[in-house]
Amino acid sequence: MKKSHILIIVVIAVAIGILVSTAGDASTYVGFGEAYEMATAGNKKDIHVVGELTKDVSGNIMGIEQGVDKVSFSFVLVDENGKQQKVEYREPMPQDFTKSEKVVVIGRYEGDVFIASKILLKCPSKYQEQNVSV
Amino acid sequence: MIHYFIGDLGHFFVITSFVAALASAFSYFKATNAGSLEKIDFWRKNGSLSFYTHAAAVLGICVSLFVIIANHYFEYHYAYSYSDSKLPDHYLVSTFWNGQEGSFLLWMFWQAVLGIIIIHTNKFWEGPVMVVFALVQAFLASMILGVVLPGFDFRIGSSPFVLLRDVMHDAPIFISQPDFIPAEGNGLNPLLQNYWMVIHPPTLFLGFSATLVPFSFCIAGLWLKKYSDWVRPALPWALFAGAVLGLGILMGGYWAYETLNFGGYWNWDPVENAVYVPWLILIAAIHTMITYKNSETALKASMILVITVFILILYSTFLTRSGILGDSSVHSFTDLGLSGQLLIYLLFFLFIAIALCIWRWKQIPTTSKEVSTYSREFWVFIGTLVLCLMGFQVLMPTSIPVWNSIVNNVFGGSSNMAPPADQIGYYTKFQLWFAIAVALLSGVGQYFWWKKIEVRQLGKELLAPILITFVVFVVVLQVLIFQFGSGSIRNFGYLLILFAGIFTVSANAKILFGLLKASPSLSGGAVAHIGIGLMLVGIMFSSGYSKIVSLNNTGLLYSSEAGDEYNRDNLLLFINEPRTMAGYRIEFKGDRLEPREKSGYVDPNDVEFTDNPFMVVAKRDIIYEDEKLFNAQDTFEIFPENRYYEIQLTGQSGKQHRLFPRIQDNPTMGIAASPDIKRDITKDLYAHVVDLNDPEKAEWKEQEEVRIAANQEFFANDYVAALEKVERVFSIGSVKLDSVDVAVKAHIRVKGEYEDYIAQPIFLIRNRMVGRIPDEVSDLGVQLTLLNIHPEANQFSIGISTRQKDYVILKAMEKPFINVLWLGTLMVMTGFGIAIVRRFREFEKMREKGLE
Repeated sequence: MKKSHILIIVVIAVAIGILVSTAGDASTYVGFGEAYEMATAGNKKDIHVVGELTKDVSGNIMGIEQGVDKVSFSFVLVDENGKQQKVEYREPMPQDFTKSEKVVVIGRYEGDVFIASKILLKCPSKYQEQNVSV
Repeated sequence: MIHYFIGDLGHFFVITSFVAALASAFSYFKATNAGSLEKIDFWRKNGSLSFYTHAAAVLGICVSLFVIIANHYFEYHYAYSYSDSKLPDHYLVSTFWNGQEGSFLLWMFWQAVLGIIIIHTNKFWEGPVMVVFALVQAFLASMILGVVLPGFDFRIGSSPFVLLRDVMHDAPIFISQPDFIPAEGNGLNPLLQNYWMVIHPPTLFLGFSATLVPFSFCIAGLWLKKYSDWVRPALPWALFAGAVLGLGILMGGYWAYETLNFGGYWNWDPVENAVYVPWLILIAAIHTMITYKNSETALKASMILVITVFILILYSTFLTRSGILGDSSVHSFTDLGLSGQLLIYLLFFLFIAIALCIWRWKQIPTTSKEVSTYSREFWVFIGTLVLCLMGFQVLMPTSIPVWNSIVNNVFGGSSNMAPPADQIGYYTKFQLWFAIAVALLSGVGQYFWWKKIEVRQLGKELLAPILITFVVFVVVLQVLIFQFGSGSIRNFGYLLILFAGIFTVSANAKILFGLLKASPSLSGGAVAHIGIGLMLVGIMFSSGYSKIVSLNNTGLLYSSEAGDEYNRDNLLLFINEPRTMAGYRIEFKGDRLEPREKSGYVDPNDVEFTDNPFMVVAKRDIIYEDEKLFNAQDTFEIFPENRYYEIQLTGQSGKQHRLFPRIQDNPTMGIAASPDIKRDITKDLYAHVVDLNDPEKAEWKEQEEVRIAANQEFFANDYVAALEKVERVFSIGSVKLDSVDVAVKAHIRVKGEYEDYIAQPIFLIRNRMVGRIPDEVSDLGVQLTLLNIHPEANQFSIGISTRQKDYVILKAMEKPFINVLWLGTLMVMTGFGIAIVRRFREFEKMREKGLE
């Protein structure tokens, strides 16, 4: 066998290894219902949930509870299937949180509460914003 | 009045640039395929004239957009969205590329400049290379065209010259008043108000643009069947692209380190990965091109890699601008509806490149002889493969959203994969081992490169570097154990990368010393590889051994809900109450304002605020670091968004240092916290404010009343206070009182830890009504009110309200030997610089001989 053939085999093997591990380490986007089932089934992996914040008439986000001394907070998130869930974040409220509409939470269930280890904020696109301050 | 002219002019330039780019591509295409010399000359002149027209139009677009921004024409959407009238001039420059349209423009601008350089330096390749250039420019111009196709309801590109009212056509104000112009813009995102954001985007886009040059030469080579000749002119450009793109990426990392508060310079976010991967492949391409120039091998590999780099640049543009990363990146992208156009742009060049390669593949010369295991070609090739796999490993998880989208939209399946939840841990796990391989190979490979040697000789050559490596390694281990404890050396991967990094440095240093004596102009590679070794060691230390030093040693639990991590890693600092941290006495001294015209910080207690948030009046002379900034009664401008929190560090030797981490509160953009960094030679101390007591929202305890005589001491929030005098006043602020009104002002001295404060509450009888104006000493959390005057007993009633004293919660980290990383970066750039000069001279020599 020529050296180049051995090299090709090694490269392909590493590439396949990378693909397999990518698929294995990848997280998933699920709804809260599925996330809850996964957690009760003993799956400890962090998952992604995409959801929307509920807002009242004047545009304030509903369901925000500040922890003591503002170092943690919780809020209510509605996933794409319409399921409401209390999400707890054990860090101070991220900047711009109150301006977001859609957020992605990464974390897992602990009991009946979803504990987020990371929050990605999706700020509304400037093009959808139809308010001009006069 | 709406300034229509400048926008129309800008739009005219956009259309001109698009049309001229197409004309230039067509002319150069004709010139390349024309038969007679006369025709070639004619078409080439046409092509270069069109390209000059295009470049002038691009300059015109830039100037028009900048005029709109600099003159604050808020009737334009671009100026309204990304700037305001108070923005300092240099940040108006950042506004220019804050929007996607502006960044496309920046990219076009650089490519226009590079195109002109090519026209003037390379007559032989001008035709075919400029066809590719002009086509790319046409695609980019189409992104900002903003033209609706007649008959179709389809808009090509997004113009930076649209009026606000055309974007927000549903806003009530524009329905009632079409000519309305907002008086103020939305302002620039506070995170982008940083000097790195003024220079990082142009550098990065120059890097993007420079990758087009080797790609164009490669395509031209395939087209003209000059399969091997394209490498020489392309090589200096590939090196230039590698240097500039690398510098741009690192500037971005440095910006993140200084401005964002995730505590590092690299976060493996898709946006970062999208430029990291093409850079790795570009480095691989440079290596195969150099190999080809020396030994006629790896030509096909060079072509594939050079093409891949450019396609990956287009792919990264697609990833970051199409909105496809929406759910997987911390950056919020605005989807301008260009995803279709971006995809066509990507697929067009991908298809052309692949088609050309297939068509010409059989004709590309190859060497059939097997390369020896001990040849330099073999080892460089192995290194190239490692770099490619390294990039592939990052590319795959970053592309997960694309995979989902293909499965869901093209094949009708359903895929809900998400990128790994812990990005830093996940990528580090793989990249660490690739980096070890790269480091070892770049050490050994250099010996094969410079000395055609056998295995036995290799051992002899490498003996000295290996010995040095071991000695340095053992010394560094001792330092590690001494600094971080014996538990710190259990991570096998870290130890290996440390070893590999030191080895690369010492092996390349030996090569460098040899070269410096003989031919210093060839030393670029050795210098760059030393830099890479230093960077790896610096990254290993500053990230792997980064240590949180703001441990909670108050014994106080901030919050029972908040979890262990928060309570452990953050330090609560009440104002003027010293703590110890990382061998320092640390103390929070209060919040500070930033004056606009002078550099320094101002204590808000020293100024009076006015109705205009941008203007304050000095109560007394303001001195910062022995320099008088303002006289008493001076009115001066401040940045009302910025608050700095003065943290004083006192070392064991008594040496003092002050940190000013910042909180920026922009009403439309939100709140942003930025760290301040104390830089020492061996480590950085990095601190940012996590949380603070907001005095405006503070809860006041119930008021307490004391009845005292003048100069009698009393306690207010545990501070000693005394009423010094009471005087009648005839005006309050700017309001003059009538002669029947009575107002008295008390002077109460409150003794703080370090200084005395004077509170001046006012008691007022006006129109037979009693009024009381309390005064607050915000540093001490005390508010004093003159409640009543008892002339019969010569006594006064003082109301004391107290609240929790001001505090900040600080998170601080130590980043050991981060300067090794920056030093390595500098060496890599120097190495690139030396190599660029060398390769360009080579190319010039050949051109003078008339060979190109």
